[in-house]
Amino acid sequence: MKLEIEHLVYRAGGRTLMDDIHLISESEHCTALLGANGAGKSLLLRLCHGLLEPAGGSIRWNSRPPRELGAAITMVFQKPVLLCRSVRANVEHALYLQGVARAARRARAEAALELAGLADCMERHADVLSGGQQQRLAIARAWALKPAVILMDEPTSKLDVRSAASVEKTIGDLRREGIKIILTSHNLAQVRRLCGEVVFLHEGRLVQHCGMDDFFARPADDIVCEFIESQTF
Amino acid sequence: MTDFSEALETALLLMVNLDAGLVEIIALSLKVSLTAVAVAALIGLPLGALLAVSRFPTRRFWINLLNTFMGLPPVVVGLMVYLLLSRAGPLGPLGLLYTPTAMVIAQTLLILPIIAALVCGLVQGLFDEYHEQLRSLGSRTLATARTLLWEGRFGLVTAILAGFGRGSAEVGAVLIVGGNINHSTRVITTTIALETSKGNLALALALGLILILVSLLVASAAQWLHTATVRRSRQ
Repeated sequence: MKLEIEHLVYRAGGRTLMDDIHLISESEHCTALLGANGAGKSLLLRLCHGLLEPAGGSIRWNSRPPRELGAAITMVFQKPVLLCRSVRANVEHALYLQGVARAARRARAEAALELAGLADCMERHADVLSGGQQQRLAIARAWALKPAVILMDEPTSKLDVRSAASVEKTIGDLRREGIKIILTSHNLAQVRRLCGEVVFLHEGRLVQHCGMDDFFARPADDIVCEFIESQTF
Repeated sequence: MTDFSEALETALLLMVNLDAGLVEIIALSLKVSLTAVAVAALIGLPLGALLAVSRFPTRRFWINLLNTFMGLPPVVVGLMVYLLLSRAGPLGPLGLLYTPTAMVIAQTLLILPIIAALVCGLVQGLFDEYHEQLRSLGSRTLATARTLLWEGRFGLVTAILAGFGRGSAEVGAVLIVGGNINHSTRVITTTIALETSKGNLALALALGLILILVSLLVASAAQWLHTATVRRSRQ
């Protein structure tokens, strides 16, 4: 999916939080949104999904605004928001919301849970899963909708190393399925492992948009250098 | 103290002897209050949930109105229902005045705002937590309301019990529209009012104790159901 962001502006509470963002991404790779806290990464994800409407400019996926794309774009949040029901029912409910026929829901839910490595705990209550399992369930739920794009807001930030690795493996599997992934992260090692493209934001402005190797080899300015150093050491 | 000990003795005697008149009064009280709660829940649950998840210009006004109606004076509601159902009223031809149906209508009007307002508050809390996730899954207003009602199902018991409490303890409205007719519209609260006016305080107190006991039994049953459902859903 081709992402075109043109002169994007977003304001809230009298402040400009996103200022004249302009970028085109056709990369088949996973894209990382980087920047310090408050840079506007999560905000940009929400705008790309259509959860928020920009004050100016436009966002288009294959020349269409996000709100026209329905479940073609799904989102996984930093803290997985799961329904108070079984693992399988969580995925099935997402399919129900999309109008998938009852008969097809079970098979699609099971396929998604198998991909996420949760096949052996389908009947367990979502509340009793570990943090990593909950995040994988949230990803499985997003994947079950057969999206073209999944937006992930710091999907491993609250997980230990082992759980983060299991989530990374699931993200890798999604990439191989041909799904475009855009994620925010503070973990540069993880970004290197998963992504091929970087969008760097600072205080609501686009500072650098380039390939992964270029980002580390040729940082656009001191802010990017500082960020790389602060996250590396 | 004498009144209290007499009341306890009378209450125990009435219950042990399974007094036919008392059983009839308790049965009618339960029938009226539970029916009113069921009707109010049927309307109040979706109404409260939809108010919580919808966004329209006058929404705040309707929520304020609902909260205000939680404290509706029963006698005013009774009077309004009386005017509606009286022979000269718009619903007079239905002949519902001084029937249990009239009492159900009055109690429903009193309970509905309580259930709807409590559900609205409950679902609003859930909406704050879930709405981005549900929207990202493509959920629309109606589906979101349904999903959040189900998510808040354990908290709904409290809202429904609050409604039952209001209905079962209510006396003014049912007295006006029911008329406290023996073997027809006499419920525990109206009997207490009648016995008190006759100076039969021990019997009135005994009936009060029985009313508390009935409420306790209903609340315990609801709590048991709630606990069992939570346990089952967590397995």
